Amino acid sequence: MQFFYHFGKYFILLSKVFSKPEKSKIYYKQTLKELISLGINSIGIVIVISAFTGAVITLQTAYNTENPFYPRYLIGLMARDTIILEFSSTMVGLILAGKIGSSIASEIGTMRITEQIDALEIMGVNSASYLILPKIIAFVLFNPLLTMISIAVGVFGGWIAGTTTGVVSSEDFIYGIQYAFIPFYITYALIKTVFYAFIITSVSSYYGYFVRGGALEVGRSSTKAVVYSSIIILLCDVILTQLILS
Amino acid sequence: MITVNHIWKSFNRQTVLKDISVEFEKGQTNLIIGQSGSGKTVLLKSIVGLLDIDKGEVKYDDVVYSKLNFKKKKEIRKKIGMLFQGSALFDSSTVEENVIYPLDMFTNMSYEEKRERANFCLNRVDILNANHLFPSEISGGMQKRVAIARAIALNPEYLFCDEPDSGLDPITTLRINNLIKEITDEFNTITIVNTHDMNSVMEFGEKIVFIHMGQKWWEGTNKDILHSENEKLNDFVFANHMAKRLKNVK
Repeated sequence: MQFFYHFGKYFILLSKVFSKPEKSKIYYKQTLKELISLGINSIGIVIVISAFTGAVITLQTAYNTENPFYPRYLIGLMARDTIILEFSSTMVGLILAGKIGSSIASEIGTMRITEQIDALEIMGVNSASYLILPKIIAFVLFNPLLTMISIAVGVFGGWIAGTTTGVVSSEDFIYGIQYAFIPFYITYALIKTVFYAFIITSVSSYYGYFVRGGALEVGRSSTKAVVYSSIIILLCDVILTQLILS
Repeated sequence: MITVNHIWKSFNRQTVLKDISVEFEKGQTNLIIGQSGSGKTVLLKSIVGLLDIDKGEVKYDDVVYSKLNFKKKKEIRKKIGMLFQGSALFDSSTVEENVIYPLDMFTNMSYEEKRERANFCLNRVDILNANHLFPSEISGGMQKRVAIARAIALNPEYLFCDEPDSGLDPITTLRINNLIKEITDEFNTITIVNTHDMNSVMEFGEKIVFIHMGQKWWEGTNKDILHSENEKLNDFVFANHMAKRLKNVK
């Protein structure tokens, strides 16, 4: 029963979020602010994580395929496909659910318990739309870019790690990342990131918006936001993979 | 005029407001008083529409506000200014940005005009040279005054104050009370103030509604209080021995 209660409440909130904005100019400004706060401020963490994970994927692939029958360029190919298909979209999505999800839930939750949301409502502002819509738009637009950065940095990290440790030559790795490349995989990854961005921002906003109590409850709601965003992302990953790649 | 007709409000089967009816006139400072937990804040939030009532109606002039949908309520809400118990200033915005916010949202003023209006409102509440400070950088009394400045930015017709004196010293409380009274006279607003500060009650209670256990127990003016025979009201207003003695002398 609890599931249906939250499910219904979530969609009622979304209907409020997607109602006509009071003043588009203000929403545009808010969206730009959110682009910086949610998007640009996440580039650093995405680069660091992608570079190291790309390196680890390459090294692990190399050490697990030490067989004279396997051509070495397969290391590049496997690193490329792992990064594009799963790491840069889903794993980075999960990491961002932690970073952005908790920040959104605690920001909106704090506004709720300090009556800032009530103040907005009293002024006649649709608080749900004003606070949540710019976050959704900004992150849905920016997450695909983060994924592209992650793919590029991940593959580059793999090349650096592979060539400096000598497990694969530069020529083999570069040949591998070009070999049997299916451009649709990029589209598939980008489609997933749009869904993930929506899930992270809307689910976290939901947990922040309906928080009741004090600081402790805000903390709990951020934890819930991260946990449920992550679970829904993984569920969505399975469904989208089946729908898109089958 | 704001008319409250037989309103009821419950939370999880616990009835907090029981059949309350009251009228609030224009240009008057109306006080809702009562002990903590008596239902004052619930009543105020029900009147402004932050809480949906279970039964009864709230009318703003001839409009049944409590039955309007969100879109129609918005039109009336633009005429409402509210001072919250904890000020509810946007903590990531400066003092000036807080006051400019409603102007940004609901007017087509130029930036210069908005700044001018914000400075006028801030000067009106005696906030000087604090435009670029954040709410956390100013005192509680100043935060309340900035919240009043924000509430009057759009020339409200209705002003609601939820415990404007909570956490303030007696002098600052008096200052805030005087400010609310002056603004009520100046803007000719219907002002409703939730309070349990007795200085406020005696000083500027043109109409007082005493709430006890979710019911309207007494209604009158600050002068009437002195002669009231209502036992619960007297227990609340003249709680300490000195006040009781004063009442008996009167």
